[in-house]
Formats: sequence, C-alpha cells, structure tokens
Amino acid sequence: MAEKTTLEALKQKFPEYVVEMSAPFGDETVVIRKEALLEIVAFLRKPPFDFQMLLDLTCVDHPGRSDRFEMVYHLFSLASNRRLRIKLSLPEQAAVVGSLVRFWKNANWLEREVFDMFGVRFEGHPDLRRLFMNDAFEGHPLRKDYPLRKRQPLIPLRK
Amino acid sequence: MSSRIQREARPESLLLNMGPSHPAMHGAVRIMLELDGERILNSEIEVGYLHRGFEKTCENRTYFSLLPYTDRLNYVSPLINNAGYVMAVEKLLGIAVPERARVIRVLMSELSRISDHLTCLAAMAMECGAFTVFLYKIKAREFLWDVIEATTGARMTTSYIRIGGVRADLHPDYEPAVQKALAETRKVLKDVHGLLDKNKIFLNRTRDIGVMTQDGAISYGWTGPALRSTGIAYDVRKAHPYLGYDRLAFDIPTGERGDNFDRYMVRMREMEQSLRIVEQCLAQMPRSGAGVMAGGLEPAEAIRASRTRNPAQPIKLSPNLEGSGKAVHKDILADDQRFVIPPKEETYTSIEGLISHFKFFMKGHGIQPPKGEVYVSVEGGNGELGYYIVSDGTDRPYRLHLRAPCLHLLASLEELIKGRMVADIIPTFGSMNIILGELDR
Repeated sequence: MAEKTTLEALKQKFPEYVVEMSAPFGDETVVIRKEALLEIVAFLRKPPFDFQMLLDLTCVDHPGRSDRFEMVYHLFSLASNRRLRIKLSLPEQAAVVGSLVRFWKNANWLEREVFDMFGVRFEGHPDLRRLFMNDAFEGHPLRKDYPLRKRQPLIPLRK
Repeated sequence: MSSRIQREARPESLLLNMGPSHPAMHGAVRIMLELDGERILNSEIEVGYLHRGFEKTCENRTYFSLLPYTDRLNYVSPLINNAGYVMAVEKLLGIAVPERARVIRVLMSELSRISDHLTCLAAMAMECGAFTVFLYKIKAREFLWDVIEATTGARMTTSYIRIGGVRADLHPDYEPAVQKALAETRKVLKDVHGLLDKNKIFLNRTRDIGVMTQDGAISYGWTGPALRSTGIAYDVRKAHPYLGYDRLAFDIPTGERGDNFDRYMVRMREMEQSLRIVEQCLAQMPRSGAGVMAGGLEPAEAIRASRTRNPAQPIKLSPNLEGSGKAVHKDILADDQRFVIPPKEETYTSIEGLISHFKFFMKGHGIQPPKGEVYVSVEGGNGELGYYIVSDGTDRPYRLHLRAPCLHLLASLEELIKGRMVADIIPTFGSMNIILGELDR
C-alpha cells in the first residue's frame, strides 16, 4: 500500500513533471522531466518518504533517440525499507542535469563517473573531472558509438 | 593535468604521493596528500588504475559468457558476485532455481563472506604490525577455499553459480571439509579476539580513528559492515531477503562509534553469524535425487563409450565439474532447456542434445531475456552489491551497471583522514576493505 502512495503523491504534487509511473519486475519507477529533478529529490528526501540514501546513479546511452541519454537514480529509504528508481532523459546537445551533490556526498564521485563515461554534465558539481580515465583521454567510453577495442595508450604500444 | 590538490595546496606545505603502487594501498589507489609535518591538511584520491571496462565488455558479451568477468570484481568473494549477477538475470527471465541449488548458493556465499572478512582483517592487522594475526587468518581462509576449490574447481575465479542454478553438484566429501573449515575458523576467531581486542597497539591505531557519523555514512551511501559499524542495522539479507535468507536464523551485529575498531569488530562478529548460517545450510541441504555419485565417466570416456556400447545403456558422468550429469542435473539446475546447458550425456551422445547445446551457445540464440530493466542487490563482502541490467530483448545486455559498495566507501576517505596523521590512513583504509577490482571495474 505504501508503495502506491509514493508514486501517487509524486503525481499529485508534480503533475506537470511526472511523465510516467510503473513498477516493472516490482521495482518502483518514475520517469520525470529533467528540470524538476532537484525539486522532486528534495521533496522525496523529507518525511514521510524519507529517501535518505542515494544508492546508485548511472546513465544509459540510447543513440538514435531524440533524447539520447537516460539518467537512472536509485534512492533508498532506511525508514520504510523501500527503493525508488527515478529516470529522466537528456538530449545529446544539452546533456546537462542538476547535480545532487548538495543532497548526497557520494553523488560527487558517481556524477564524475557518469561524466567520464558518458559526457553528461552536472550543473552545480563542485569538481567535475574524469574519475577513472586519465585527463588526456578523448571521448567517453561507455557511449555506444565508442568502439569496443579502441585504445588510447599513454605510452606508445610495442609493435 | 593539474589535480585539484596541486592547484589548491598552500606553497609552504608538502605534497606527498601515497600509491598507486604502495604496499598498503591494496591494489592501486593513489592518494595525494598535502602535509604539514605528519598532519594531513588535505588529500585527493585518484582511482581508475584498475579500470578495465567491465561494463563496456559486458555489453558486448552474451548473458552466459560474461559470467567470468564478474569473478574478477571483488576477487576475494567471487561467489557473491556470481550470485548477484545471476539473480538479476533470473529476475529478468523469471526462472526459479531448485531447492538444492538455492542452499548451495547460500552456503557458498557465506563461505565467501567469511573469507572476504578474513582477508580484509588480516591485511588490516598486518598493516598495524600484527603479523601473527595475518598468518592465522590466511590459514583459516585456506580451509574455506579448500571447500570452495573442491566443489567449484577454482579458489578465486570460480564462475560457479550459473543462470538457473549452479555449475556442478557439491563434492562428495564436502561435509567433513566444511566441518573442518568451521572448526578451524572458530579457533582462529577466538585466537584473533585474544590477540587484538585488548591489544594496546591495535587499539591506539583504531579506536576513535576514522570516525564516521550515522548521517555522514548515509550521505556517502555506505552499506555493509561499514554502515553497521555506525549503528544502523541495514543488511540486504534482512531488508530485502533473497535466496531464502529470511528462513535462516542470524543476527546483524552493529557498532556504536563508527570508527576503525568498530568496523573490525562488526566484521569479526559477522563471521560468527556466517558460520551459523553455514551450519544451518548443512542441516537444510536437500538430498540429491540421485545421491552424489562418486564414480562415473569422464567426458572423453563417455564419447568413446557412446560409440562402442549399446546406446540403450545409460552413461553416467562424474557429477563434479566434468559436467553436470543428467542424474544430478535436475537437483542443481532449473528445468528449462532454454536457459541452462543441457546435460553432457545428451550433448555427447544424441543429436538432439547436440542441437540444443549449439542453440544455447550460438550467436543470436541462447539466453534472451525480455525487454526491461532490473536492479538486484545482494549483501556483498563490503556492502550492497547491486546489478542494474537493461535488456533490449537480445542475447546481450544493453547496459549493465554495477553498484560497487567500495566506491561509496572510498569516496569518504578524504573526509575521514583530514586533520589526522599519515599513519592513520593505513588502518582507516584497511578497515574499509577496498577492493579495487570492484571499484574500478
């Protein structure tokens, strides 16, 4: 019962920003517009929902779609022991979304990882740099158009 | 290529590199320190030295063939990684595993968890100077790995837990081996408690050092023993029970202060709980339908036998790793030809078996979960290990993302060591159990 109310409350509170709600395989999912992310997250962090923890944050690349990047957030509430997945789409030309660092400290590294792997930018991130790849690396390896076997060695490879 | 710390450091302070190749950095992490004498003013952590494109690789492998890559994430407890991945795919496919396979999975996960905690604490104790503890714990780990090796065929790169069940049945002599491992581990835990709990040197380096508050731990997304050391009793096995953990009796040990010593203590007590679970698994283990066969033919012999013998005669394969023979197949693997490799007797001796074998492995066939996305998490050695899989209906995952518990732990290290001494980095880093294979992916 409680699961229903989170999604319904969201729909009620932000009718113009909630695009879709579903629960595939039992995972509560809400698709929202990107402008409303910070507002919705701030709303969800407070009681009665208490989604205090950012479990995970990642991105999926869909080349060919008009909105190429899909950000996926997994929130968790310790109080009610529930998870919530938030998704939003970003166009390739304006792959920018608000940073969650103001809410969660682990968002710092997670957003750096997404920036590194996909090239999505986060507005308000204090230190947006690559996390895994070196600074001289060109391109974003987890994009679908980045070749699987492409190499960018820092030292020339032996022939 | 100037890093943040190089830009921000005061001109009079000393910049020092710790790692990436440093004996206490468990693999390859680089910590850049801004020092005033021994005191850490600021630090910056650089990861990625072990980045090998796990997620990208998985997008280009079939669901079946990417399993070995999961072994190499948290390489101290590969069986838990296997279980997490496999359960995510099973959730997509909607298949149930046989009871015996389920209990084997729990048994193997808990043995892995104990070995994970032993390794972490062994390294931590050694870095604080307690070399005896290191040797004791590594000794206990060997007994656990003997059990794992006898059944899975490998100590670390197991690839044992498969979609639909497990790779092969337990070794015929697994029970005495498990009992021995339990007894040895219990002895070692007792000895280690005696060696460390009131040890002045160990306490000086761990008590009230690396202290994390509850709010801080939540904000950093800490899970596992590290979160529990701050007093929050969150454990995926209890909160979102999987593999029937809700039917097993075990407690969640928690700490109070969230310092290095509490993280050590929580792990020590968690191992005792895992030993309890292993004992329950032994008692609960459903009998194999055929009984565990000791004999049987090797695959090569079976092929020869199928040519010479009267085909009506049954050919028995050895159940252990030489292939899951037909007799034990139904105990340990799901009864659905689309998702599991057919029994080896059929593959080697009948044309239908061969066809279904080929269909399983051929490109564009094999396991094809329906479109959708799924997030499944298990309690790994150092926290919530989550797999997020997006399926587009083909035989490869469209996107596979791993929630690595270490990443969230290591992200907080800069804050934990700020203002402390250089020597405090070592036990703080050690108590977190950072496994770079999992963090860097």
